Amino acid sequence: MTGATEERRGALPSGVSRSQDLRKKLREESYLAGAGLSTAIFLALKLGRPLFLEGEAGVGKTEVAKVLSRMLETPLIRLQCYEGIDVYQAVYEWDYPRQLLHIRTAEAFGADADRKRFEDELYTRRFLVSRPLLQALEHEGPMPPVLLIDEVDRADDEFEAFLLEILSDFAITVPELGTIEAARPPIAIITSNRTREVHDALKRRCLYFYIDHPDLEREVEIVRLRVPGADERLARQVAEAVQRLREMDLYKPPGVAETLDWTEALVALGAKELDERLIEATLGSVVKYREDQQRALGAALSLLSGGGGA
Amino acid sequence: MLEAAVAFGRLLCRAGLAAGTDRVVEFARALEELDVTRREDMYWAGRVTLCSRPEDLEPYDRAFEAFWEGRERARPLRQPKMRLEVSVEDSVQPPKKSVEKDPAGEEAVRLRYSPVDVLRAKDFALYTAEEFAELHKLLADLSFSGALRRSRRLEPAPRGRHDPRRTLRGALRTGGEPLRHRFRKARRRPRRVVFLCDISGSMSSYSRVLLRLLHAGVVSGEPVEAFVMGTRLTRVTRELASRDPDRAFGEAAGTVRDWSGGTRLGDTIKEFVDRWGQRGMARGAVVVILSDGWDRGDVAVLAEQMRRIKRLAHRVIWVNPLKAAPGYQPLAKGMAAALPYVDVFLSGHNFESLEELAVTVAGAVGDRQGGAG
Repeated sequence: MTGATEERRGALPSGVSRSQDLRKKLREESYLAGAGLSTAIFLALKLGRPLFLEGEAGVGKTEVAKVLSRMLETPLIRLQCYEGIDVYQAVYEWDYPRQLLHIRTAEAFGADADRKRFEDELYTRRFLVSRPLLQALEHEGPMPPVLLIDEVDRADDEFEAFLLEILSDFAITVPELGTIEAARPPIAIITSNRTREVHDALKRRCLYFYIDHPDLEREVEIVRLRVPGADERLARQVAEAVQRLREMDLYKPPGVAETLDWTEALVALGAKELDERLIEATLGSVVKYREDQQRALGAALSLLSGGGGA
Repeated sequence: MLEAAVAFGRLLCRAGLAAGTDRVVEFARALEELDVTRREDMYWAGRVTLCSRPEDLEPYDRAFEAFWEGRERARPLRQPKMRLEVSVEDSVQPPKKSVEKDPAGEEAVRLRYSPVDVLRAKDFALYTAEEFAELHKLLADLSFSGALRRSRRLEPAPRGRHDPRRTLRGALRTGGEPLRHRFRKARRRPRRVVFLCDISGSMSSYSRVLLRLLHAGVVSGEPVEAFVMGTRLTRVTRELASRDPDRAFGEAAGTVRDWSGGTRLGDTIKEFVDRWGQRGMARGAVVVILSDGWDRGDVAVLAEQMRRIKRLAHRVIWVNPLKAAPGYQPLAKGMAAALPYVDVFLSGHNFESLEELAVTVAGAVGDRQGGAG
């Protein structure tokens, strides 16, 4: 409850004043964050800074945004980046068919004298279609929305430079309209798989966190939390097997997302315990390269607990 | 507290992190929001504000220990790595202005003896100091622009997809009647070029020139990535990105621990595919491997990794300086194992062959040869 007027940035869920509280809160939303990640999220919320998350695929980067949106009861606005994405797909686009109709209408009414006015009207807010970034800035509500800019490393440099402008001022200039500024800057989460190095200037405006694979105990806990149908024993066996798979030098080591998929597959098959036959039948949900599967199957026995170290 | 934050930031800068003033201010602000008496809060506040890539984490941890826990200088923060000696003969300096001032001195004579044409065909291993300098100028003119690919970005074109934006703009001028329809089509952009340069002992007469080549590629402004392969893989794109080659080499040498050590080609290429290639860097790219193909490791590993690269990349080019030797046979086991997965096999022992490489990279030659367009 500070009266500071410049503090239009940031938003914390009620009852959270320390990063430890936030950690508990995240847990209630079925997201297990370590001390580091919860501090990073806490600071992002508190200081109103974009949070830049990096890490292997499937470690739960995107999930952070989803959880925050649930926790703050605010919409999640997602911008999936891809190569060639530009302003018209990310920010705004004029509604051309409607603009043309508008001109026609003007003509039909023979409003020659008012032609200038009709033309001016063409470039007003009501003919503007907002795309995710503009939506996030224009959102109205008690809480700012969560803006997820997913896989920013897939977009090209031109787009990065553009993001830079938005993330520092939380304002967008539409040449025909003027500047649109966010009443409250969105909570921005940016993720990257590191397929290419994102420019330093962009990172500099963000808080940075690298999400690692969880350790065994935390992974067991995550499985238990997210797949309630799984037995404690099964959850532990799966987590152990995945940890060994990660040590196995695969082309694509499984992430937490794969662990959960795998557990769900096993639960769907009614498994209570992991055995070699089940591993063979369900391996496709954790390991997705043929070479990796062969390697994993070759070591299937050692994936089972008690089967010796990897 | 602010002073401590600033001092800590300085220490991190010295450890190679980009902890500028803005970051340090951010760090100080973060500290205000947290419990400074808790070591953990302190640690994470710094980590999320002052680090910006995974490579920063280790130096950060060490600096944190040293600074906040008084375990100062238990270990030097970053051991000075093996230095690349930029010897006089290898210097980049143009062959001195004194050459011109020198009234018909012997240096000028010597330069006349190495006219550019001769230089272009001469094996790098036989170069003299002046010739190296000359070569550098030639390299700067080479352009390594990858073969073109369709981008998803659109640009105005006489034919193609309808462009309502420009059509409407035009319609305003003709009383709202879209008389002329405008179109746009996918822009074509050069593919990424990834250089993997072997710097092991057996390549030593060439690796310096080839590194210069990498440097010229990286500063050209085209999408180029550069790695060096020794006993392990090191990405040097960042280090080579500065325009000053001497500094770039100094920095690259700082990162490369294994200057002219042994090669385990298969393993280092695997490291590349695992960490970078498969995630996207090699996808649809032109991958250029500069190596003599001597592999001290298991060649089966190399074959498997080459197969992976082949599946990811648009084109795989292997440059082997030994190929120029008369009667060359790919006898090095690694070379033989890799060849089936190579689209174009070039020599790269002299400047002419590097020009050929540039053309191949641009796809002009390869497209006709391979027909794999």
